[in-house]
Amino acid sequence: MNVQTPPEKLTAKDYASDQEVRWCPGCGDYAIVRAMQKTLAELQSPPEKTVFVSGIGCAARFPYYMATYGFHTIHGRAASLATGVKLANPDLDVWVISGDGDSLSIGGNHLMHVLRRNVNLQYILFNNEIYGLTKGQYSPTSRLGTRSPSTPLGSVDAPVNPASFALGCGAKFVARSIDSSQKHLPEVFTRAHTHQGASFVEVFQNCIVYNDGVYSSFTEKGVAEDNQLIVEHGKPLVFGKERDKGIRLKPGAMELEVVTIGKNGVTVGDVLVHDETNKLAATLLVEMERPAFPVAIGVLYCNPSETYDGAVRNQVELAQSKGGKPDLNALMRSGPTWTVD
Amino acid sequence: MVGTAAVAMEEPLREEVEDVVIRFAGDSGDGIQITGGQFTQTTALAGNDLATFPDFPAEIRAPAGTTFGVSAFQIHFGSRDIKTAGDAPDVLVALNPAALKVNLGDLRDGGLIVADTGAFTDRNLKKAGFDQNPLDNDSLANYRVVAIDVSKNTLEAVKDEGLSQKEALRCKNMWTLGLVYWLYDRDRKPTFDWLTGKFKSRPEIANANIAAVNAGHAFGETMEVSDGGVAYTVSAAEIDPGLYRTVTGIEALSWGLIAGSQSTQLDLFFAGYPITPASSVLHTLSRLKEFGVITFQAEDEIAAVCSAIGASYAGNLGVTASSGPGIALKTEAIGLAISVELPLVVINVQRAGPSTGMPTKTEQSDLHQAVYGRNADSPLAVIAAKSPADCFEVAIEAARIATKYMTPVMLLADGYLANASEPWRIPDATAIESNPVSFHTDPDEFHPFLRDETTLSRAWAVPGTPGLEHRIGGIEKSYSTGNISYEPENHQKMTDTRRAKIDGIAKDIPDQTVELGSQGGKMALVGWGSTFGPINRAVQILRADGHDVSHIHIRHIWPLPANLESLLGGYEQILVPEMNTGQLLTVLRSEYLLPAEGLNKVSGQPFKVAEIVDAVRSRLEK
Repeated sequence: MNVQTPPEKLTAKDYASDQEVRWCPGCGDYAIVRAMQKTLAELQSPPEKTVFVSGIGCAARFPYYMATYGFHTIHGRAASLATGVKLANPDLDVWVISGDGDSLSIGGNHLMHVLRRNVNLQYILFNNEIYGLTKGQYSPTSRLGTRSPSTPLGSVDAPVNPASFALGCGAKFVARSIDSSQKHLPEVFTRAHTHQGASFVEVFQNCIVYNDGVYSSFTEKGVAEDNQLIVEHGKPLVFGKERDKGIRLKPGAMELEVVTIGKNGVTVGDVLVHDETNKLAATLLVEMERPAFPVAIGVLYCNPSETYDGAVRNQVELAQSKGGKPDLNALMRSGPTWTVD
Repeated sequence: MVGTAAVAMEEPLREEVEDVVIRFAGDSGDGIQITGGQFTQTTALAGNDLATFPDFPAEIRAPAGTTFGVSAFQIHFGSRDIKTAGDAPDVLVALNPAALKVNLGDLRDGGLIVADTGAFTDRNLKKAGFDQNPLDNDSLANYRVVAIDVSKNTLEAVKDEGLSQKEALRCKNMWTLGLVYWLYDRDRKPTFDWLTGKFKSRPEIANANIAAVNAGHAFGETMEVSDGGVAYTVSAAEIDPGLYRTVTGIEALSWGLIAGSQSTQLDLFFAGYPITPASSVLHTLSRLKEFGVITFQAEDEIAAVCSAIGASYAGNLGVTASSGPGIALKTEAIGLAISVELPLVVINVQRAGPSTGMPTKTEQSDLHQAVYGRNADSPLAVIAAKSPADCFEVAIEAARIATKYMTPVMLLADGYLANASEPWRIPDATAIESNPVSFHTDPDEFHPFLRDETTLSRAWAVPGTPGLEHRIGGIEKSYSTGNISYEPENHQKMTDTRRAKIDGIAKDIPDQTVELGSQGGKMALVGWGSTFGPINRAVQILRADGHDVSHIHIRHIWPLPANLESLLGGYEQILVPEMNTGQLLTVLRSEYLLPAEGLNKVSGQPFKVAEIVDAVRSRLEK
């Protein structure tokens, strides 16, 4: 006989699998897996209903380290696999784990469609602006001029901005965070989880071997506060060590500008208030680039609408409620038939 | 040419014929496929056996009057059993010069041409490449020609229904159908019922079409028959008792998938991307949501197969369908399903290739792709349907093998099977063998690659099951724990196990039988897929001539039936007719070291019976 004991509260450790983690020492992925385990513990997500689906790349090893269901699939296709999982069983809580090459190069098409369809899952893109597992080639998010084994003289093709791409695809939830932000990252994961529909999260992730310090200009202690804008719904877009810098619409133009509160008559009342349901504002915020602007972090856009899996299920349920019990014999006998005696 | 009213009501002297082949041909916008479909229904209801072959251009509306815009529909029906759509038409209905140009070469000598003179304008003749009007010279002297202004007669017949000129002319096909109904003594009522139902909201269109059918029929009654024998009758065939319908391969395949999901007690998930000629499976299943079927039109072929694998992972019966080029795109994902050992049914409605090839033309040239076409040692099961109706059983069998052996199954159909129709004795869905899947739920000693000792199939534990949380992936895994493993001995063992699992299916499929003829003898014709009809009919004819020839038709392409080697060993000669350059042939020769010979055709058209008969005769009578 099995004796059922009342379930104890799960801790972050309970979401860690027994598998040895094989990322390079110091890789930003360690921090992300830790933040995820913390998030699931906070949410008390049932491990048996939680599924991590990944493609190929360093990030894609992630599911092996989670004590939930996990599927390490093929390069670029995690979004498609996950769509099938979610359509087959909408009760499952599906997380897609991917990298910049996996999501935006080989898997760009699937990312576009999972976002536009609004499949109810969380899509976490670890952006380290490099191909790590294949030893350091430049990626579709690498900055112009990136020197790599395949671009010894520097890359000559313009990078894609993941959050901007996501908004362009029609994503209803777009957020950003940083691997090392152990307080902010779980908050963003929780928001992504709460959102009904496809939640897109770009995590700035440091590759210690092939692209070390690529984000240090806005993530290092000492410079972070002056170079990050952490957005919160309903709060003014203020940043800086002294909390004296703000973002406002440039008078007479459809563009943003940085202002200093208390100078030239600028008050905090002149600064834009973050409205995460405003897509136009989100589009401007994700395009802010250093050094002229801080990098926008947090939930940049959240505007829920009907989920794809929900709508698909509704059509099935409607057909079932109309027709009564489906009868294959009746179906095969519909239309002209004849009897041979 | 039109006869006088005085003889109109006399029943013509009808000549009894055993079987007839009619080809309707016209512009792709002429409603040829509808005409053929109606003639098929009516003929089925008349109790004849039949087979059909629609042949249409890839262009949706090719420029009117051009040879590449010709659409055709061939039906072969008779009072004996009918196995093919027929070698050479007895009757060609040509609604324009291009239709005559393209199809005349196939018509048998002395065959009947029904031509619409209204469409034989200078412009259309030129477009079709005629210097002179063939109806006006003696170029058709080998045939009997009924040349009528169908367009004018149709307009006359429907003038009271208040249609526009364009709408009225659209009834041309029904006028022609009426005439052919008269020629072969068919009942008009089923078509009237169909028209009334189809145009329920526009009764004037229904009435006009009915008037056109009647006018065409009346024209036949009053036609002056100068050389006699224009009107025929075809008696009902000897057919096993039961309830029948006509079915296309696509319908049978779609219903078979539903039957397979019911048999395995799994929900059906079907994902596809539009591709000719496989899209119709997606169309058919998307209308059957009441069966709980989830259909997903994916963004591409890769997403289609990947979502089906995801659905199988979550506990559904994941199915995807495509045609050769689309299957090529799915290949990597099929390898994943082989590696993680998940059930998956991949339907390949083959078409002429390579590359885009001829999308609306048939071929069976993806057998090597199905059996061998993946990176690494990646075996899966391959089965093939032999006729439109056979698609039903084959789909059920694919679902059984996929779930029992936790493997992808490639189901081979082709463009001919998909679109062709035949009478089908409707099976009883409640009598279909039950093969329910039981998911693994026991956490004791669980790992995802625990295997059944007999089938070598792994445990299927679906997400949502408490205590069985596990990770799978395309990286090699340990035989004994399911965790990632790069151990050399382990990879050998896993590769051997995956192969042994698929090989073992041979013990779980029926022994190969002889379709027609004897176990052993002078020659076996070994076929697979849609060549069944022409091979079988050819063997019938050859055996009636006293030749010691037998027909063997293989459903299970991989693994091959366990007794096939010894069965084939009993024949002096083996001939393998295929619509490719010798793919089953290569498999048989490599597996069994047999001196088999190929008979190959890759014209985008099915084999003619005569082609096979001649090939066998030339070998046996030399």
